[in-house]
Amino acid sequence: MIRHHLFWPVAALVVLLVVNTVFNPSFLEIELQDGHLYGGVIGILRNGAPTLLIAVGMTLVIATRGIDLSVGAVAAIAGAIACTWIASGGDALTAMLLALCVCVLLGLWNGFLVSVLGIQPIIATLVLMTAGRGGAMLITEGQIITVDDPLYRQIGAGFLVLPIAILISLSVLLAVAALTRGTALGMLVESVGTNPRASRLAGVSSRTIVWTVYVFAGLCAGVAGLMISSNVNAADANNAGLWIEMDAILAVVIGGTSLAGGRYSLAGTLVGALVIQTLTTTVYSIGVPPDAILVFKAVVVIAVCLLQSPRTSELFGSRRRAGPARTRTPEVSAV
Amino acid sequence: MTDSSARSADPVVDMRGITVEFPGVRALSDVDFQLFPGEVHALMGENGAGKSTLIKALTGVHRPTSGEIRLHGEPVEFTAPVRAQNAGISTVYQEVNLCPNLSVAENILLGREPRRLGAIDVRACRTRAARLLDRIGLSIDPGSALGSHPIAVQQLVAIARALAVDARVLVLDEPTSSLDTDEVAELFRIMRVLRDEGVAILFVSHFLEQVYEIADRMTVLRNGALVGEYLPDRTGRLELVSVMLGRELGTLEEVERRSGGRDPGTAPVLTARGLGRAGAIAPFDLEIHAGEVVGLAGLLGSGRTEMVRLLFGADRASTGTLGVDGRTVRPRGPRSMIARGVALCSEDRKAEGVVADLTVRDNLTLALQAARGWMRPVPRRVADALVNEYIEKLDIRPADPGALMSALSGGNQQKVLLARWLITRPRLLILDEPTRGIDVGAKVQIQKVVADLAAEGMAVLFVSAELEEVVRVSDRVVVLRDRRKVTELAGDGVTVDKVMSAIAAHGDQDSAVAS
Amino acid sequence: MNVLDVRRVRDRVERVPRRFLPVIATFVVFVLVFGTGLVRYDNFGSPQVLVNLFVDNAFLIVLAVGMTFVILTGGIDLSVGAVAALSTMIAASTLEAGWPPLLSVLAVLATGTTLGLLMGLVIHFFDVQPFIVTLAGMFLARGLCFLISVESISITDPAFRSLATGTISLADGVTLTYSTLIALAVVLVAVYVLHLTRFGRTVYAVGGSESSARLMGLPTGRVRVGVYAVSGFCSALGGLLFSLYMLSGYGLHAVGMELDVIAAVVIGGTLLTGGVGYVAGSVVGVLVLGTVQTLISFEGTLSSWWTKIFIGALLLAFVICQRLMVRRAA
Repeated sequence: MIRHHLFWPVAALVVLLVVNTVFNPSFLEIELQDGHLYGGVIGILRNGAPTLLIAVGMTLVIATRGIDLSVGAVAAIAGAIACTWIASGGDALTAMLLALCVCVLLGLWNGFLVSVLGIQPIIATLVLMTAGRGGAMLITEGQIITVDDPLYRQIGAGFLVLPIAILISLSVLLAVAALTRGTALGMLVESVGTNPRASRLAGVSSRTIVWTVYVFAGLCAGVAGLMISSNVNAADANNAGLWIEMDAILAVVIGGTSLAGGRYSLAGTLVGALVIQTLTTTVYSIGVPPDAILVFKAVVVIAVCLLQSPRTSELFGSRRRAGPARTRTPEVSAV
Repeated sequence: MTDSSARSADPVVDMRGITVEFPGVRALSDVDFQLFPGEVHALMGENGAGKSTLIKALTGVHRPTSGEIRLHGEPVEFTAPVRAQNAGISTVYQEVNLCPNLSVAENILLGREPRRLGAIDVRACRTRAARLLDRIGLSIDPGSALGSHPIAVQQLVAIARALAVDARVLVLDEPTSSLDTDEVAELFRIMRVLRDEGVAILFVSHFLEQVYEIADRMTVLRNGALVGEYLPDRTGRLELVSVMLGRELGTLEEVERRSGGRDPGTAPVLTARGLGRAGAIAPFDLEIHAGEVVGLAGLLGSGRTEMVRLLFGADRASTGTLGVDGRTVRPRGPRSMIARGVALCSEDRKAEGVVADLTVRDNLTLALQAARGWMRPVPRRVADALVNEYIEKLDIRPADPGALMSALSGGNQQKVLLARWLITRPRLLILDEPTRGIDVGAKVQIQKVVADLAAEGMAVLFVSAELEEVVRVSDRVVVLRDRRKVTELAGDGVTVDKVMSAIAAHGDQDSAVAS
Repeated sequence: MNVLDVRRVRDRVERVPRRFLPVIATFVVFVLVFGTGLVRYDNFGSPQVLVNLFVDNAFLIVLAVGMTFVILTGGIDLSVGAVAALSTMIAASTLEAGWPPLLSVLAVLATGTTLGLLMGLVIHFFDVQPFIVTLAGMFLARGLCFLISVESISITDPAFRSLATGTISLADGVTLTYSTLIALAVVLVAVYVLHLTRFGRTVYAVGGSESSARLMGLPTGRVRVGVYAVSGFCSALGGLLFSLYMLSGYGLHAVGMELDVIAAVVIGGTLLTGGVGYVAGSVVGVLVLGTVQTLISFEGTLSSWWTKIFIGALLLAFVICQRLMVRRAA
């Protein structure tokens, strides 16, 4: 069992849950009130929904040997657009559609830079990461826009027995899993991520595939941005989705998908996102000052990465196959 | 044995009972190997025979599980390549292992730059590099970026680097696989000079002719074990090949074929009229018919790969037209040519063929799947049937569709890539150097497959640096020189001599050769 | 223009080694951006504006130098901003506790270098991607800031203050700070190390092809670990300069600065794939960013977030230019 690539992430999750239960014995209890489920675990699911959603999009991007640093800024833009629209008297549904359309456009932009112009993903998306938050500030004119719309509230704070946010994230995860593994999409994504040149010469339409995953990542970021702003009934261009790209990337990596591209694991991403969110909750519940949460995040990230590293098992002599074997082929000169 | 004095001297390298094990694999078992000063010692064997492992055990890349290495009679244990280098063992690998972003001089002297007051003495670097380049007769600017030179030159720079230390042992791991005839001659000249200076040279090559030309002694490995030591002047080529393969010959002759030619009535599968790309290949005409094998011969850098990439739509043409079945097409990339039944097996297996992280099954069905689009996955049962069929037909090892592609040897990867295209049933199959760097057995198998395919009516364009091979499989040979198509030979004109003289001819003799 | 002329022009262009083109392009961009300022604002032409580019961005220059080392090996260091913040925090809190300034400075430099060294060791020995390790390093350093204090601590030490406020007069009342001199010294040392020591040459070799460098017998491990230590040291020193600039330590100092630094290095012509680039380019990159900031402050009416948008646009323009140049060359 220790050989399974999800062993260490799952172990970390279990440890975190146990720690929570020790400090707060009622942590695992789940209550049904007014048709809603409440409890520590439900809270984790609800608060972790945006990160999970973004991480799902990020998984596919990373599988194509890319990375999307702009998702936090895109999430901020989505919230800014929706709230500004609602605050100026618009209808919530139109507001959300408008916001998501813009996010798709931003995804198209990222995908264009990466797949057509061939710019390194980290730089291509750094452009939008830097400029995007400025753009969100322009939309909100530097203000925090508060809204009060019952429909808009639902997406981030609503309940259908379970929090609606996590239902959205999980259904997207399942849909992506079904789509990529049920068709050949997953295999083609992995092929493009492992060896882009060979894939092109084998007739894989790499450009379309790469472009699509960035658009999808943009869309996921948009929905996540709506969840974040709906949850607080406000758009805060400065702080909404701040560092969420890092959390999402961490979730993907903890889940065993390599930043070098190729094989990916959506189940791993789910576990990774839960680890990140549970960690945050844990730090709160054991009474460490919230500002120091970053230290714990760093420790867990390093621990999981080290435990997953093939080198660790080599050093300690066990012959565990840590995740899929990876052999990188040299990248064509980029930038 | 050309140099009897070498025998009487003590071996400079003495490896005894070398065994190297990797998790689950025994790559080398109980091999003895001796290298004497002033000899060129060829290491022979099929892929997977253990040549690279033996070399890497000697150069400190791998550490033997058991066995002893003695250098000048002293037992040594190299924990890193740098230790072996400091002990006087220099290695030049098949793939150029230098840094293309640095200058030639920097590459030659990296890690051992002359210093003055602690700082690198840039001027001394230049002059020393220039002297070393001079020694091997290479006239290039030491200050130029390495990446701006062709691979062959980079290979010679690697040798200059090997000479920069006072190497007593020089390991050349397939240095000739990307060199053309002149460059090989140049390399051999340098090797002879070094040998006469008393350097012990370990030489690995797949080309029998080269081994017979340069080697004083040959050691043959098979399946990780030592077969024996042979002297070139006392061992016939057939004998050597049969000990390498471990089986009787005969398959080699089987490939000999010459199809009856083509039916002149039908339109050619592929027609190029004035097709060219500025800076890559001059405009050329070419027709390929169903059922024929067209060979493409020329030296390295003569435009072979550039030509086939144009035909496959991998690069965009700047002039001319391309036609399939007599209809003009404008390829917008490989996909549009694949859709018309053209397939290209690239020469650069690692960078342009193998998808290392995926399984053999995924690699084999990749082109088929790409052509169907992601919406219509190849059903698992169909995929498995196809994969098993080709694993058997091409003798791919290990015969496990779920094995990772990265776990296969070069020859077996090549067979998977060939199968990748065969299952798409192309009408024109372009093979760019399909047999480079793979062992004799796999080579013969691939040549045989080519012959069978043509007999079944497929058109094949076969590119190879080995003239014997081109001549053996082709009905017609197109000759390239200096990025220009110079002539086409057919029928009785297809002999090694005629192809060679066409390659070697001066520009004004083209017409004479063609007629 | 006939063919011959074209060829002659091309020959002349090719005489400038192609590897210097990106740096030259950056310099041209700098001149253009600065020129815009000269045209639009009267007092933009005063020498002090130019000097202030160095004064106001001394810490950024030092961080960019460290980052250049890392990126040249093909790595990346996301922790630089956080380590700089941690440095301001350590400096401020130790000074507040009454440590002698010199000891305080040494403690800061040692902490930064050690953090960088540790990250390098993890990257090298456990083969974890630099992106992830330095991201963890960034979280760690920020978290440590808040463990020290969640409030801003002001620096009152007289030696620090005099160092911070002291100026050196050049001609015509143009003044420099000591920070600027330190930054320039760091640049000179970096140029020396990269081009005239074996360590520096190995940095380029590792970035060009790590496997080749290893087979060539170069100490690739030492270099891969070393560049992160260099970057950690530079982050700490940059943090010290920043604490001189702000005269305070705060956990929210230099938030997002790693992105500015990476942008400066990329605009300076260093390829993120490694092996190609110059420290001088990174310095010009920082100057370009600084000029944009100065322009926006001169404009007065533009909000500060325009800086972000401009930097993004500039980064984009630059990356696309580089891309086209590489394509044409290929």
